Amino acid sequence: MRYFLKRIGFYALTAWAAITINFFIPRLIPGDPVQSLITRSRGQLSTEAVQSLYVLFGLDKTDGLVTQYFKYWGQLFRGDLGVSFTFFPSQVGEVIGQSLPWTLVLVGITTIIGFFIGTALGTLAGWRRGSWIDALIPVTTFLSSIPYFWLGLIAIVLLTGPDSFFPASGGYDTGVVPSWDWDFITSALQHGLLPAITILISSMSGWILSMRNMMVTVASEDYVTVAHAKGLSDARVMVKYAARNALLPNVSGFALSLGFIVGGTLLVEIVFSYPGVGYQLFQAVGTKDYPLMQGIFLIITLSVLLANFIADLAYMLLDPRTRREG
Amino acid sequence: MSDVVLDIRNLDVDYGLGDQAVHAVQDVNLRLHRGEVLGLAGESGSGKSTLAYGLTRLLPPPGVVAGGEVIYHKENGETSDLLRMTDRELRAFRWAETAIVFQGAMNSLNPVHKISVQMTDVIKAHDPGSTSRSRLDRAKEMLSLVGISADRLDSYPHQLSGGMRQRVMIGMALALDPRIVIMDEPTTALDVVIQRQILGQIIELRERLGFSVLFITHDLSLLVEFSDRIAIMYGGRIVEEAPAADIYRDSLHPYSDGLLHSFPALRGPRRELTGIPGSPPDLRAMPTGCAFHPRCPKAFEPCSTDLPVLGVPRDTPGSAAAGDPPIVNRTVACWLHPTA
Amino acid sequence: MATPATVAATPVTVQSVPKRRRLRFVANPKAAIGLVLMGIFVLLAIIGPWISPYDPSARSSALVAPPSAAHWLGTTHLGQDVLSQLLSGTRSVVEVGFLAGIVATAIALLVGVTSGYLSGAGAETLSALSNVFLVIPALPLIIIITSILPETTDFAIALVIGLTSWAWGARVLRAQTLSLRGRDYVEAARATGEKTWRIILFEIMPNLTAVIASNFIGTVIFAVTSEITLAFIGVNTSGDNWNWGTILFWAQGQQALGQGAWWWFVPAGLAIALLGTSLALLNFGIDEFVSPRLRSNGKTKVRTVDGHSVRMRVGFTPVLGHSADARPGKPIFGRKDES
Repeated sequence: MRYFLKRIGFYALTAWAAITINFFIPRLIPGDPVQSLITRSRGQLSTEAVQSLYVLFGLDKTDGLVTQYFKYWGQLFRGDLGVSFTFFPSQVGEVIGQSLPWTLVLVGITTIIGFFIGTALGTLAGWRRGSWIDALIPVTTFLSSIPYFWLGLIAIVLLTGPDSFFPASGGYDTGVVPSWDWDFITSALQHGLLPAITILISSMSGWILSMRNMMVTVASEDYVTVAHAKGLSDARVMVKYAARNALLPNVSGFALSLGFIVGGTLLVEIVFSYPGVGYQLFQAVGTKDYPLMQGIFLIITLSVLLANFIADLAYMLLDPRTRREG
Repeated sequence: MSDVVLDIRNLDVDYGLGDQAVHAVQDVNLRLHRGEVLGLAGESGSGKSTLAYGLTRLLPPPGVVAGGEVIYHKENGETSDLLRMTDRELRAFRWAETAIVFQGAMNSLNPVHKISVQMTDVIKAHDPGSTSRSRLDRAKEMLSLVGISADRLDSYPHQLSGGMRQRVMIGMALALDPRIVIMDEPTTALDVVIQRQILGQIIELRERLGFSVLFITHDLSLLVEFSDRIAIMYGGRIVEEAPAADIYRDSLHPYSDGLLHSFPALRGPRRELTGIPGSPPDLRAMPTGCAFHPRCPKAFEPCSTDLPVLGVPRDTPGSAAAGDPPIVNRTVACWLHPTA
Repeated sequence: MATPATVAATPVTVQSVPKRRRLRFVANPKAAIGLVLMGIFVLLAIIGPWISPYDPSARSSALVAPPSAAHWLGTTHLGQDVLSQLLSGTRSVVEVGFLAGIVATAIALLVGVTSGYLSGAGAETLSALSNVFLVIPALPLIIIITSILPETTDFAIALVIGLTSWAWGARVLRAQTLSLRGRDYVEAARATGEKTWRIILFEIMPNLTAVIASNFIGTVIFAVTSEITLAFIGVNTSGDNWNWGTILFWAQGQQALGQGAWWWFVPAGLAIALLGTSLALLNFGIDEFVSPRLRSNGKTKVRTVDGHSVRMRVGFTPVLGHSADARPGKPIFGRKDES
């Protein structure tokens, strides 16, 4: 229980830190790009919109820093992240709301699949030393050092073209309207395959490697020898005794690497022009759309925190020692 | 004399291969009889644990069994050589006929599974037809045998004390009613009071269930008290083997003598504590001839050049050389007591 | 092009181990390859601009031309020589990578060792701080900060990357320091009243070298990838700064893919992959050097006298020699596992 509470406390702290960082960043922008943009589009902005932008960017010089801070929090709780400059006059929240599901699906599926397959392969590689699986390690190392986006570029060159199955960009065919019908879903799946495979190849090798190393370490533990001495089947020893223990560092590592995975996914989206949050961030950087950039950063960070938290819960379930009382 | 249950012949165990191999156990001949407690004593590095793991083929890489035979005699008279079994045969044999209680149960129990799971999975592996009810009952039975209440079945290893964990290990070892239990320093990590308790429990269980025990420890005082026979290892070889009382009163090998004088006796006449000068040999650079000669107070001419072989000493009454039919029950490898 | 054979460049990761052990480290094939590859890159970083056949920004009339004798790696949409861009870009990449690595490792060392060795509120705060930085996704943060900066020099980018990616190393170092703190020799030093900073410097740090080196390499990998990513996104477009990411940025922008101009973006990516691989191999070398169990060089297959081969594995010690009483028809050991 104490472990659980400590973790919640930690995530609350980190969320607070992220939001605070988000608060300070725009105040570091030299010059006054936001002000000038607001002035230019004044006529088209509602007063509320202008006010929310002021709060976000600290343009209201009459308020002290602390007041600004509290106003900022208040605004966040109302879900108001300001108005996007590029997708004017849509609210930032709306804009992100459209692209977030794409990213979630892409990242969610590939990460989970990659984790499971990578862990399974790593288990086998670590258990049977000197086997052909072990020989794969240098290959996977090479693959994991290739930046995601370059792999994506290569994939596009090699696998796409006018006649190929894989589309080169986009989240769905241009002629199709997003809706929950079969056409759209198949089109979306088709477009999502290549980005997903790219991420999968690159990220899986990390799991394989770390699981393999842990398996090697665990295989020399006493309880594994005991399991063998008990005459249990090889599969059982490998899974229930070795892998089950070797998994633990990987699960906590999984939580931590989520931030890194998110980074890589952003890039893949950019390469494939996949309509997710990463692509949007890319566009926002290009057009200096500060509200959007900020909003995306916040959402990404909070999502990663949430995912981390879930991974921590999983760890709690897997390792009974965390449930130690006192 | 009861029959032999385990017959180890010319066992060689190495670490590594080829020229780099370190000979941890060399030419060991040992016999374990039904229902007896055989103690195996020696300093660290003498090869006693290697022997135990080697004969059950549990030695981790880079260990290899380089030669010899380990013949197991079933109660119905069948024999099989452990070293020549297939993996499947070995798995069926393990735990059902021979169980091991490992050193330092700290790490011997899987930290992520409950005790109940760990005690029942071995039953399931050997008897797939058993019901989970019967397996649990058996586990409860084992726990009560070692004096642990059944409600501990749902605990995880980290929730038990060191003594309790060791007792769980013992209970687990007896789950399939094995004929041989190998105990590798079962009480070394525990305090003296618990040590006595557990040892007493083991002896009582042995009397009840009739299994043989191979008891491995560096603490000769324990062996003198608890075992029927004692074998002493030095530098990977057995240097003396005799009934416990004979070793205590009348040991032949200077090393045994040194070991005995390394601990004080609680009862009996006071003895001077002398210990043994020097340190155990480096297995990669063994002395020529008898491995003990650099430290031996009684070393003489042949000791540094010729290796003494384990055998029945000629001057023992009842040995072949004395003319009587051999009723010998002790062997030694020392030039002070030349063998037949 | 540079000749790989002349690499005798000093390895950047300096380990203070005795000579014999150091040789053994290099004898590990993975580490050796990694070292050689990295040496090549460092060499190129130093002499790159000098040996480039052309000024990387110089335009020519050969627009998007495939590789030829004049331009070994072809040209860009402005007629610029890709090879020259690649070579000059190496310097920027290597510089930023190492600088960021140094900054991050320095901070990690400071925070990690301090929070590991000391106890109390200060240490807890430091630990919480590193955890916070660990969880916040680095790349989006870096992107945002760098896009705000008025000018994006290499130095600034290296600094930003270094300041956001130290958390992982801090955590690892903290864990190591914690475990070292309980060791006997450290306790002994404290008991004799040795000053804290001396203990940290002379008792604890020497044992951390492997971890520090490994962490440094990991950070460099991350820094290189991030820098290139930033350039690719278009954040780093100040002046004549050519790095591999910039090459890809222009390639992407000009639809190199669509035009089939593979020579434009393939070499840059390959270079990144190779540098990354060399660093990863070095890391492996360090890993295996530190924990010999992970080494996979060494025989795992054994030949028995009668020609069968048996594999070394946990739980089933192989048996050599031959059986004195082999029963006919019954296979002797050496048969493959039947599970």
